Amino acid sequence: MIEIKNLHFKYHSQTEEVLQGINLNIKRGEFVSIIGPSGCGKSTLCLTLNGIIPRTISGDFSGDVIIDGINTKDREVSEFSRRVGMILQNPESQLFAMTVEEELAFGPENLAVPREEIEERISWALSIVNMKDKRDEFPGNLSGGQKQRIAIAASLTMKPDILVLDEPTSQLDPVGKREVFSVLRELHKKEGMTIVLVEHRTEPIAELSDRVVVMDKGSIVLEGTPRHIFEKVPALRELGIMVPDISYLTYLLKEGGYVKDIALTIEEGRRLFI
Amino acid sequence: MNAIDVKDLHFTYPESKEILKGVTFSVKKGEFLSLVGQNGSGKTTFAKHFNGLLRPTKGKVFILGEDAKNSSIAELSRKVGHLFQNPENQIFEETVFAEIAFGPRNLNLPEEEIEARVDKVLKTTRLSKYRDTHPLSLSGGEKQRLALASVVVMEPQILVLDEPTTGLDLLSIMGILEIVKELHEKNVTVILITHDMGLVSELSERVVVMGNGQIIGDGTPKEIFADDDLLTRASLEPPQVMKFSKILGLKPEVKVDALYKRIVETL
Repeated sequence: MIEIKNLHFKYHSQTEEVLQGINLNIKRGEFVSIIGPSGCGKSTLCLTLNGIIPRTISGDFSGDVIIDGINTKDREVSEFSRRVGMILQNPESQLFAMTVEEELAFGPENLAVPREEIEERISWALSIVNMKDKRDEFPGNLSGGQKQRIAIAASLTMKPDILVLDEPTSQLDPVGKREVFSVLRELHKKEGMTIVLVEHRTEPIAELSDRVVVMDKGSIVLEGTPRHIFEKVPALRELGIMVPDISYLTYLLKEGGYVKDIALTIEEGRRLFI
Repeated sequence: MNAIDVKDLHFTYPESKEILKGVTFSVKKGEFLSLVGQNGSGKTTFAKHFNGLLRPTKGKVFILGEDAKNSSIAELSRKVGHLFQNPENQIFEETVFAEIAFGPRNLNLPEEEIEARVDKVLKTTRLSKYRDTHPLSLSGGEKQRLALASVVVMEPQILVLDEPTTGLDLLSIMGILEIVKELHEKNVTVILITHDMGLVSELSERVVVMGNGQIIGDGTPKEIFADDDLLTRASLEPPQVMKFSKILGLKPEVKVDALYKRIVETL
């Protein structure tokens, strides 16, 4: 679904490359989380996935990003905005309409999707984000978590193949965070959506992702299943990455020879003790 | 004398419903307290009364024993430093030095004293090498440290931190917290407003829970995180460690190291 080959990128304003040779393949239906310290290039990498880099934000770009067989160099950004939904930190910056319904209709209307189909897409998207009852609401009246769910629903109405989310919950309170992550779980499990999530909290990553990619200074330094990654506690610490409490606890117990494996979730931890 | 005493505080924004519905609490000097609760529970509105940014509709606020209504915001800000969530909103000067010197200059301190204070704070906040740098070229974590430096340079006895770590990565968060811990060791009273229950259990001696404009819980992190009913009412998620110690049927712990010891003892 996504093929990244030897990708290098340098912003015009900077002297060093922010991406220094990234190679990454993501399969259809996979949930991949990207983690790493500030400035490691993870947000820049996201912007290459729908062609914003290099087409809108220019700089020194080399290598290839191929989405579903199409090289981002060969088509307009608008082509990819249909295939790749992009959700950023602050939902407020993505909402502009007077009602939730108008917000969701905006994308497909611009693609001249027939009216009945727009209607279908809106109901489908609202039911996925669990907000059917807010259809006529003014987006400004919604809570942070609800706004972010509407931003997700708005990209779903474009029927994207891939959803890219750059720290979608960093501005939300715990309730809002939980709401958004449970929507991502649904999208992945029930709709088989390909999801790329940039996130610095490891608890949701451990719970949701099939694969974790750790970046540092523009390169991928570790890659594997959450279990494979989160047992490397000292290496992650050096990068300022804290594994979930339960993984750290079971890591200590494993080192001490008390349990056989590390746990990624509380449920897994419980099973280690029965 | 307490750092803060609040008596039956009510607050209503003009033409809005009541936000604070009778809050009474005291903070001892040198305490490290976390203020938690859902968005909209009134935490920020409450904290804005400590330096006079907001004034009670009804009730009283005493800062270091003095009724806050007799002091201006400027006078109160010398006692109560307030660090907000988004550091960019607090930065406006051309160099890091000028940014930090702004507050002391307004106190009409002599230039040597200003320099001495700023240099000391630059050291505490690990920003000395950026003395002449433009603030906006700093990273997110550095900007937040700068905003903290501008507050600390006023040598407040009380420090209010309103979600100071939102949007920062872990290394930046640890940088901020190290500084805050040092200040606390020098007997500065710290009030931390946060959603991060990991931070709460790691740092604070006392947790105050707000819900719907009132205080609905007050205790040590262990007491608060063991109270399931309170956690539900406040929509708070206890740290994983706490949940797991309950599942194992062990005495509740909020820190990984403590639970590790307890498990090893039991095995």
